Amino acid sequence: MSIGHTLLGLLESGPRHGYDLKRAFDEKFGHDRPLHYGQVYSTMSRLLKNGLVEVDGIEPGGGPERKRYAITDAGVTDVQRWLATPEKPEPYLQSTLYTKVVLALLTRRDAADILDTQRAEHLRMMRILTDRKRKGDLADQLICDHALFHLEADLRWLELTAARLDKLAEVVVK
Amino acid sequence: MTPPPGALLAAEELRKAYGPTVALDGADFSVHPGEVVAVMGPSGSGKSTLLHCLAGIVPPDSGSITYAGRELATMSDAERSQLRRSEFGFVFQFGQLVPELTCVENVALPLRLNGTSRKEAERTALSWMERLEVDDLRKKRPGEVSGGQGQRVAVARALVTSPRVVFADEPTGALDSLNGERVMELLTEAARATNAAVVLVTHEARVAAYSDREIVVRDGRSRDMERIV
Amino acid sequence: MNQWGRDLALGVRFAFAGGREGWTRALLTAVGVGLGVALLLLTTAIPNALAARDDRSNARTDITYGSATAPKADDTLLVADADTRFRGEDVRGRTLEPEGPRAPLPPGVSEFPAAGEMVVSPALKRLLESDGGRLLRERLPDRIVGTIGDSGLVGSADLTFYRGGEGLERYVDGSQVTRIDRFGDPNPYREKTDPVLILLILVVFVALLMPVAVFIAAAVRFGGERRDRRLAALRLVGSDGRMTRRIAAGEALAGALLGLVFGTVFFLIGRQIAGSVELFRFSVFPHDLNPSPALALLVAVAVPAAAVLVTLLALRGVVIEPLGVVRTAKPARRRLWWRLLLPLAGLAMLYPMIRQGNDDGDFNQYLVIGGVMLLLVGVTALLPWVVETVVARLGGGGIAWQLAVRRLQLSSGTAARLVNGVAVAVAGAIALQMLFAGVEDDYTKDTGYDVTKAQMQVTVGGGVEVDGAAERLRRTEGVRRVVAHSEGWLGDKRLDPAKSAAVTVGDCTALRELADLRSCRDGDVFAVRGAEYDTDTPQLAVPGKTLYLDPGYEGSAPGREVAWKVPAEIREVDSRKDLSGMERGGFLLTPKALPEAAAPAMVGRAYIGLDPSVSDAREQVRNTAAALGPLMYASDWSATEQSDRYASIRTGLFVGAVCVLVLIGASLLVSQLEQLRDRKKLLSALVAFGTRRRTLSLSVLWQTAIPITLGLLLASTVGLTLGAVLLRMTATPVRVDWGSLLSMTGAAAGVVLAVTLLSLPPLLRLMRPDGLRTE
Repeated sequence: MSIGHTLLGLLESGPRHGYDLKRAFDEKFGHDRPLHYGQVYSTMSRLLKNGLVEVDGIEPGGGPERKRYAITDAGVTDVQRWLATPEKPEPYLQSTLYTKVVLALLTRRDAADILDTQRAEHLRMMRILTDRKRKGDLADQLICDHALFHLEADLRWLELTAARLDKLAEVVVK
Repeated sequence: MTPPPGALLAAEELRKAYGPTVALDGADFSVHPGEVVAVMGPSGSGKSTLLHCLAGIVPPDSGSITYAGRELATMSDAERSQLRRSEFGFVFQFGQLVPELTCVENVALPLRLNGTSRKEAERTALSWMERLEVDDLRKKRPGEVSGGQGQRVAVARALVTSPRVVFADEPTGALDSLNGERVMELLTEAARATNAAVVLVTHEARVAAYSDREIVVRDGRSRDMERIV
Repeated sequence: MNQWGRDLALGVRFAFAGGREGWTRALLTAVGVGLGVALLLLTTAIPNALAARDDRSNARTDITYGSATAPKADDTLLVADADTRFRGEDVRGRTLEPEGPRAPLPPGVSEFPAAGEMVVSPALKRLLESDGGRLLRERLPDRIVGTIGDSGLVGSADLTFYRGGEGLERYVDGSQVTRIDRFGDPNPYREKTDPVLILLILVVFVALLMPVAVFIAAAVRFGGERRDRRLAALRLVGSDGRMTRRIAAGEALAGALLGLVFGTVFFLIGRQIAGSVELFRFSVFPHDLNPSPALALLVAVAVPAAAVLVTLLALRGVVIEPLGVVRTAKPARRRLWWRLLLPLAGLAMLYPMIRQGNDDGDFNQYLVIGGVMLLLVGVTALLPWVVETVVARLGGGGIAWQLAVRRLQLSSGTAARLVNGVAVAVAGAIALQMLFAGVEDDYTKDTGYDVTKAQMQVTVGGGVEVDGAAERLRRTEGVRRVVAHSEGWLGDKRLDPAKSAAVTVGDCTALRELADLRSCRDGDVFAVRGAEYDTDTPQLAVPGKTLYLDPGYEGSAPGREVAWKVPAEIREVDSRKDLSGMERGGFLLTPKALPEAAAPAMVGRAYIGLDPSVSDAREQVRNTAAALGPLMYASDWSATEQSDRYASIRTGLFVGAVCVLVLIGASLLVSQLEQLRDRKKLLSALVAFGTRRRTLSLSVLWQTAIPITLGLLLASTVGLTLGAVLLRMTATPVRVDWGSLLSMTGAAAGVVLAVTLLSLPPLLRLMRPDGLRTE
């Protein structure tokens, strides 16, 4: 996730102080990892250098967090471009699990056991996320759902692989 | 394998065949009060048969099922029916609501089967419908409500007798994920609140995630994942 | 036009597609329509069968009472009546004696049996050869030399024999023994059919055919809901509304056409069965049951047309959308007014004919048929309204009741449609029963016989001596008492007397049964006074007057005309009721008082009291009589005697009502099973959460019983109204025949119970948890 673009986007609704920006970010996106002040400061100075923001005013008292930042036209254009560019879908072609399964088959270990253990682990995680979802607000729900769907996809792959273990063994052990 | 101590419903070495088709081939199972257990597995693995056996709907060919310390096989058909009426609740995928009865009458049905008066049964039914957020449907017939609403009515009906075990066979199978999750949420919440055990048959991981523990059925055999991990 | 053909053909294909289920449905429809068609064909064949029976019956007529006997020639035949009865069955018998080589053979007989031989009908042959026919075989001991062909029999169960005889000429009297030169009545007597009888026949036909029509309409809708779903699927792949309708019509047509085939087969089978059974003494030959071609064609065209029409009407209230079937919301509440209009119009059509059933009255057949049909159709129109209105107000009760009532509230139309057939049949039958009960008195004669004292009468003929016969009868097993005397007539002239009176000859014991005799010795003569309908005796009983025993009459066989002078010592005595319950008038003679020459003119009669504890007493008496001589005739007495025509119509009604009720029962069962199959999943779910089988069974019973009860109430009301109107039409006092009302409704209720019981095993099977397995 691009923190720079996120902070720029937050500035589009109006100029803000550094600490304001941090609070807004944490509130909306930083559920798992709140931003450090240092991270805000370094990001803002980079944006300033690139001409995407400008300093709108400084509160007395000094310190970087006292600066009020405003977005420039170039900054708006940059946010616009970032939002319009689709994210590259993750191909997930490098799978540790697949490697484990094949190795188990090659060494005549129980591959089904590996898959079942993994499934149990996945479900454990899904239970935690589901539990968090029922206690959390809409933002929590959406974020958890995102994760849940990914885990579910993994689980489906586990099911499918489990159903095809015999065939896989034939191919691999040959 | 002996049933874990304190289990409300436990099964050992269940075998069941429909003609040449073997549905269960030595399956074990247990559930404790207040516990939600998911029964997972691919289609045709014997999940539903396991549920039917556990609920005393279908007698297994061999193996034992004990509920609250009583062996189901020693009970008469009438006794098992009585057990299902008063101690168990059921939610199926679809087609379980009587289309002629209004929703509140459908929910009240198990109570009335137990001999509760109509008025009282419908009052209790209505309170459960409120809990499942479908009390505004009381005068509607099942044909006039959406799938998600109908499933909530079915959940209300499964819970109306305050059963000790709720059997749910793909309860969200016919619903989209939003409605499905809401039904699961309401079902597990209500079950926990009444300390009822839930046996949840599903092939969807996201639904199974509402459970405390899962059992995987494959080729008629069960694996209790908790003991493996 | 091409498109039409394609759509219809597609529909025909759909009717049989869909695997086992599709076939089952098509088969059910076809069987339903087939049963209806078979019944229709049978009905259209009945007039022909009756005519064929009549023709054959006429063709073998030999004894035509009253007409002068032919002179003896080489083409004449002497025929003696040898009818008898065996355990309530009439046996037609003739003794034949050809008088020359060209004597006419009776139909169905190829050679005259010689004396001591007989030819018999197949049914009689079976009876004689069976164990149960042993007593009859004793009575008819002649050697069986052949069987009578179908052309000589009225029906397949006809009991008939012809036996050879000798020396019959002496007894020719034009009634019991006659001489003929041909079989068959040259001018058969055609009665002007009684208008009341015509009315009865018309109403029977309408009342029987209406439910069949209702039934066919129900049969083409078997599996209707599934068909609607299939049509919706067709819409999804792009057929328009009109096309789906044509496809549906094609489906219905296929069922109806297959039904026609089935119906023809059922009819042919039924025809064979009809040939081997005898219902209420009525049997037919299979080859008699030929529907007239025009009527058969009408059935072949009308049934498929009706099937298509009914389907299209049923689809009227349904909008078939690509994604499902939309029943036009809740169909508007049923309106009462036009439904009431039908029966009222029916009553209006019948009203002008009230009191037209008097002797010379005549009914307008079209008005009768129209009126009765409208009244009965009124039942089918009113019933859905009644069921809807009543069911909407039902509530409370147990869980089974609630399930049933709710289901009825949702689909009261289906329920009413199923019951309609029963209701129409019952309404018609009740009206008919009332009509029959009402006119029964007119057609049932009180015979006046006093059956408490004597139960049989044996006419002693053929030269057998009365006293000897009485003695033999007294010794017969099961006979308690025999009173015998001879009877004859006397007049004031040899030929064509102006005044005449009965003569009874018997010993003093026998005569004391007829009149109060203070003293009696052989040789005494008495004149009876005070008898009913006897005015001539006082004028004839004048001492010294010459009277003639057995006077002759112009145009009939000559009498013996024996002159007899009334003795001076004739005494007047008071009549008393004799064994037959009549007060006999005329002269009473002791045997010595009768001139020798007059003895042959007297007909001997023995009145017999039986021991009720001997079950075959009547047969024993007949056997004794038959052993005495070929011209002995034994008859039973019963308190009443019914007109034959009345009995045959009643027979028709009973046979028809049985067929119709069975048919409707079958259709109820089929629909019930179909309904249950559609609910398989639900039933399994209900059982899963512990519903008692009893509860579900009871709810199935209620579901049928509630509409049936309403249907029967309505049917009773309409039936009683129609019955009352029909009775008024025949000018008979209106009387409700509660017995038949209860028995008809009881029979219908029995059908419902049977249907429920028969649908229980499949219900219990459906309630097994297998229904939950859907994967």
